[in-house]
Amino acid sequence: MKVLVPVKRVIDYNIKPRVKADGSGVETAGVKMSMNPFDEIAVEEAVRLKEKGVVSEIIAVSIGEAKAQDTLRTAMAMGADRSILVETDVVTEPLAVAKVLKALVEKEKPDLVILGKQAIDDDMNATGQMLAGLLDRPQATFASKVDVADGAVTVTREIDGGAQTIKLALPAIITADLRLNEPRYASLPNIMKARKKPMEKITPADLGVDMTPRLSVISVAEPPERKAGIKLDSAAELVSRLRNEAKVI
Amino acid sequence: MSETTRETMEFDVVIVGGGPSGLAAAIRLRQVAPDASVCLIEKGSEIGAHILSGAVIEPRALEELLPHWREEGAPLNTPVTEEQMLYLTRKGSLEVPFLDRVMPHMSNHGNYITSLGDLCRWLAGRAEELGVEIYPGFAGAEVLVDDGGRVIGVATGDMGVGRDGQPGDNYAPGMELRAKYTLFAEGCRGSLTKQVTAMYNLRKGVDPQTYGLGIKELWEIPKEMHRPGLVQHSFGWPLDDRTYGGAWMYHFGDNLVSYGFVVGLDYPNTWLSPFDEMQRVKLHPAFRPYFEGGRRIAYGARALSEGGIQSIPRLTFPGGALIGDTAGFLNVPKIKGTHTAMKSGMLAAEAVAEALATNRAEPGSYTRRVRDSWLWPELRGVRNIRPAFAKFGMKGGALYSGIDAMLLRGRAPWTLHTRHADNEVLEPASISPKIDYPKPDGKITFDRLSSVFLSSTNHEEDQPVHLKVRNMSLWKTVNWDVFRAPESRYCPAGVYEVADEATDPKLQINAQNCVHCKTCDIKDPTQNIDWATPEGAGGPNYPGGM
Amino acid sequence: MTVLVFLDHEGGVIRQASRSAIAAANRLGDVDVLVTGPDAAAAAKSAAAIPGVKKVLQVTDTTGSSELAEPVAALLAQLADGYTHILATSSATAKNVLPRAAALLDVQPIPDIVAINDADTFVRPIYAGSALATVKSADAKKVITVRASSFEPVAAEGGNAVIEDVALPAGPGGSTFVSTELSKSERPELESARVVVSGGNGMQNEENFKLLEPLADRLGAAIGASRAAVDKGFVSNEYQVGQTGKIVAPELYIAMGISGAIQHLAGMKDSKVIVAVNKDPEAPIFQVADYGIVGDLFTILPQLEAELDKAG
Ligand SMILES: Cc1cc2nc3c(=O)[nH]c(=O)nc-3n(C[C@H](O)[C@H](O)[C@H](O)COP(=O)(O)OP(=O)(O)OC[C@H]3O[C@@H](n4cnc5c(N)ncnc54)[C@H](O)[C@@H]3O)c2cc1C
Ligand SMILES: Cc1cc2nc3c(=O)[nH]c(=O)nc-3n(C[C@H](O)[C@H](O)[C@H](O)COP(=O)(O)OP(=O)(O)OC[C@H]3O[C@@H](n4cnc5c(N)ncnc54)[C@H](O)[C@@H]3O)c2cc1C
Ligand SMILES: Cc1cc2nc3c(=O)[nH]c(=O)nc-3n(C[C@H](O)[C@H](O)[C@H](O)COP(=O)(O)OP(=O)(O)OC[C@H]3O[C@@H](n4cnc5c(N)ncnc54)[C@H](O)[C@@H]3O)c2cc1C
Ligand code: SF4
Repeated sequence: MKVLVPVKRVIDYNIKPRVKADGSGVETAGVKMSMNPFDEIAVEEAVRLKEKGVVSEIIAVSIGEAKAQDTLRTAMAMGADRSILVETDVVTEPLAVAKVLKALVEKEKPDLVILGKQAIDDDMNATGQMLAGLLDRPQATFASKVDVADGAVTVTREIDGGAQTIKLALPAIITADLRLNEPRYASLPNIMKARKKPMEKITPADLGVDMTPRLSVISVAEPPERKAGIKLDSAAELVSRLRNEAKVI
Repeated sequence: MSETTRETMEFDVVIVGGGPSGLAAAIRLRQVAPDASVCLIEKGSEIGAHILSGAVIEPRALEELLPHWREEGAPLNTPVTEEQMLYLTRKGSLEVPFLDRVMPHMSNHGNYITSLGDLCRWLAGRAEELGVEIYPGFAGAEVLVDDGGRVIGVATGDMGVGRDGQPGDNYAPGMELRAKYTLFAEGCRGSLTKQVTAMYNLRKGVDPQTYGLGIKELWEIPKEMHRPGLVQHSFGWPLDDRTYGGAWMYHFGDNLVSYGFVVGLDYPNTWLSPFDEMQRVKLHPAFRPYFEGGRRIAYGARALSEGGIQSIPRLTFPGGALIGDTAGFLNVPKIKGTHTAMKSGMLAAEAVAEALATNRAEPGSYTRRVRDSWLWPELRGVRNIRPAFAKFGMKGGALYSGIDAMLLRGRAPWTLHTRHADNEVLEPASISPKIDYPKPDGKITFDRLSSVFLSSTNHEEDQPVHLKVRNMSLWKTVNWDVFRAPESRYCPAGVYEVADEATDPKLQINAQNCVHCKTCDIKDPTQNIDWATPEGAGGPNYPGGM
Repeated sequence: MTVLVFLDHEGGVIRQASRSAIAAANRLGDVDVLVTGPDAAAAAKSAAAIPGVKKVLQVTDTTGSSELAEPVAALLAQLADGYTHILATSSATAKNVLPRAAALLDVQPIPDIVAINDADTFVRPIYAGSALATVKSADAKKVITVRASSFEPVAAEGGNAVIEDVALPAGPGGSTFVSTELSKSERPELESARVVVSGGNGMQNEENFKLLEPLADRLGAAIGASRAAVDKGFVSNEYQVGQTGKIVAPELYIAMGISGAIQHLAGMKDSKVIVAVNKDPEAPIFQVADYGIVGDLFTILPQLEAELDKAG
């Protein structure tokens, strides 16, 4: 069985993003970029399924600038077999990304698409659900456990206050949550080998997808700084304020 | 972690370190030996992530390496237009007149202000175009030597080893990168360089290396205050006459200012805190106006070699060579080491190409090439200036350097020597005057932790501590009892803290904060701290512009 | 303009966070709401009592289908005709369903809004709250989730809306509900807790750290820690809050003996109310705390418990 794993290139998890002085966005020039951490988990899950013998081929795909090649190389160093770069300089919105992915799904016919639950740049948490909607296929978001057997996949999902288990007929869409697994390192020997794995380059136009964003960014600003509050003299006063003023207890 | 589980890859040349020296060597190699396979590893998460410099750059070596650098878009965009050398008193400042005559080495005509990290990112692109394989995120952790005593490459560190030293679930063993020649381009105080230096006794007969610590902030300042091309240096306040150092401020790019402070690590006062010196100089009237209304973008620190030509070790050994600042090729009075690092890398590359062709074990012609190039006279000409500061103090040193420049023109028939290593000159806490530093105001001055935050430093938490204290009991009897924990002050990242100070003082090491400046490896009074490479990709992530 | 709000409820009780979504919807137009699930009838009754709600659509379903994204998204898409905006609070349920519904409508969703500028323009955090983006939607319909902490919830009582039944369409059928296990742990999870009590270096040791438990019990709070507390072994590292630990944004965050280093603040500064107890009046935590007490935490801790017992 075949798995498609979309991976996004984002500002590295360790970097504190800096809003540009002119408010037009967040500075990305010269900033370290990496694979979206949730996507590493998605790749890892696919690789584990392959190691278990459930999956035969893993295709990584990224939609973005030419530099997203680095992210695809990382995915291949982790264990993806080949990759597809859908090259565009346009801002990539989940709706458009989902349309690109839909076209690729129709072409590659994977049994599973495993995405990250959310990209840590725009925090949309939408692409997987949207892809499932467009394909009219079952979805299991925020997966913390995945079991594939007999043409179906059983997924434990993280929900508020607990977990839910659902069963999906294949083909299906899954999005990975933090607890699904701990991704492996891309080791140096594997990075070297990944240089030789195939990477296909296409454009959204080749797939007939219009990338024009629906959201336009009016401005991006730093969040207002928190202000120092007041100092209180006693525990009694604190409890009364929390109860009557802040109304949080 | 047995050796048998490690994979091996063979190259003609392996270069350890992706700074200007390593990248220049890689490029030169592929230019002169296009068939040679060249692999470069860098411990930072990407090229440039660990590069910290001023930087006013002399394009001389770049010109020789890539004559079309302008057309190819090298990020040297702000030419130096104006220079000031300021002597600071507590409240005032005097500008040194006729700078180009009194301190000709400080003259910056034809030089550019830039981010050295950005230049390295650009150089890495050229190197890859020429077929160099670059692997950031992997640290050289071990030197490989064959039975005949020849260096045959390096091994990268294991990944996924837990704090307890045991392999974890995602353990990935290191890899052996074998090479006919290995170039160590680790920058100031390289950790593998330290090993090969000991192995081949490379420092025999040369002065001890002496160092400085540079701590830097990158600011974005209001447009009205920005004077692109302005280069300022200061000396005097707040350092005493026995301490070498001063501030720099360079205006460049889009309203960017590179500000920082260098302190000679031969400072005697154990209470001195280079970080707090850097912070308080920002409040001096000569600098403060530039920071008002500005925004601090990044922070970092790095040691630099200040020993000069007297301290350069033997450069080659069977199977390899030292290049750049790890060998000590820095022009100290100029505070410039980029052009010299690049030049040394290029010369080593040419020597290696020759050795490859003739199958010689040691790329010995490197040393001759250095002596025959402009590198040697340049460094020789300034050899007495830094030692004069050590010998005669800041004022005497300044006077000496004026005389040296104007009368002797660098051709003095004598050579001043550095006698003591930096770790030997610290004086006990009991006789050192305490220093009262102002509290950070959160607008212009800051504390260590909020500064480290702006270096985007991180290390995987679950790994062995990479700062190895050889003998913990020495810490109590020497570092604490005699010097009152100087590491808690000189470390610019707050790695060293004293716990339970009042009752039972203990050293607490927050290894995760380390910005890889190497100061503790240099300044610890008994050389009891060993800086080892942590898991690859750990450390600072300096952004573009830094 | 009429707005449809998809409500979350627990066993028929409308969550406060959903009332925040109604507050946001009130700014955009008339409000209808949708409730689903086995207890939909009870939920519809509570929803009808919320002032400002015009109409309640209820889907009573005992098959488990209403736990699945596919039929609920299809229902929302079906109902969308009469509405300009579809809103929900940013819960796991809504995040599962709304983007799928948006895709069916060919709309780009706008998640986690914290402010409404006009009917098309919204403010939302990006990069885990490191920046706020103001975005304008070109879509005819808007599909939006709402950060509850940014909108004062409307009252629970006082209204009288009509209730209508609607039926769940058949989904694509590929998905079946198996089970739900709500976590039985006595303490809520750190990342989703309404109240978090955290301890730092000031707790001194593992033994003393346990002193936070009675306070947390009284508040139904999760327990967190600073890295110093984790490094010294007072608690294990899953308790760590901060840049390299968990990011939390509870309604109430109580920091006991935590200095407030920027790396710690990065994990909790979006909390609605921050309380700090620290013996050092200059500790940076006081710069972000809404309420602070300067003093020895070991004295203040028992006093706090006593006060809570008294009043509660
Ligand atoms: C306010 C705002 C500001 C923006 N600023 C910028 C900007 O400065 N620069 C810019 O480039 N864009 C910008 N964008 C557009 C942004 O790139 C898209 O909104 C974003 O791609 C989609 O959101 P997400 O990645 O959070 O999707 P999510 O739905 O959170 O992503 C979930 C998963 O989908 C998959 N996925 C998503 N995108 C891709 C992709 N491109 N390739 C492969 N897999 C993918 C991954 O598996 C990911 O884990 C901005 C958008 C907004 C709303
Ligand atoms: C504060 C300061 C200001 C300066 N100002 C100027 C200036 O204005 N102009 C100027 O010309 N010069 C300046 N210099 C000097 C200049 O920065 C250095 O001389 C130059 O960077 C040396 O280049 P290098 O390649 O030898 O080493 P570096 O630039 O230090 O690069 C070494 C690289 O090797 C990597 N590395 C180290 N060890 C390992 C390992 N074991 N495995 C893998 N990778 C490793 C490091 O991460 C780093 O990226 C300044 C230096 C400092 C510290
Ligand atoms: C890369 C990096 C990542 C990091 N990630 C994190 C992270 O995710 N989370 C995190 O928390 N930290 C993180 N840190 C560490 C952070 O910088 C601080 O060191 C840490 O938060 C300090 O913890 P603390 O406030 O408990 O300890 P301290 O700073 O030691 O503060 C203890 C406080 O307790 C007070 N106190 C002591 N005794 C009492 C008493 N009896 N009564 C009242 N008050 C008392 C003291 O006045 C002091 O303010 C990170 C650092 C780095 C460099
Ligand atoms: S621990 Fe040593 S190398 Fe690391 S930042 Fe501190 S002084 Fe520099």
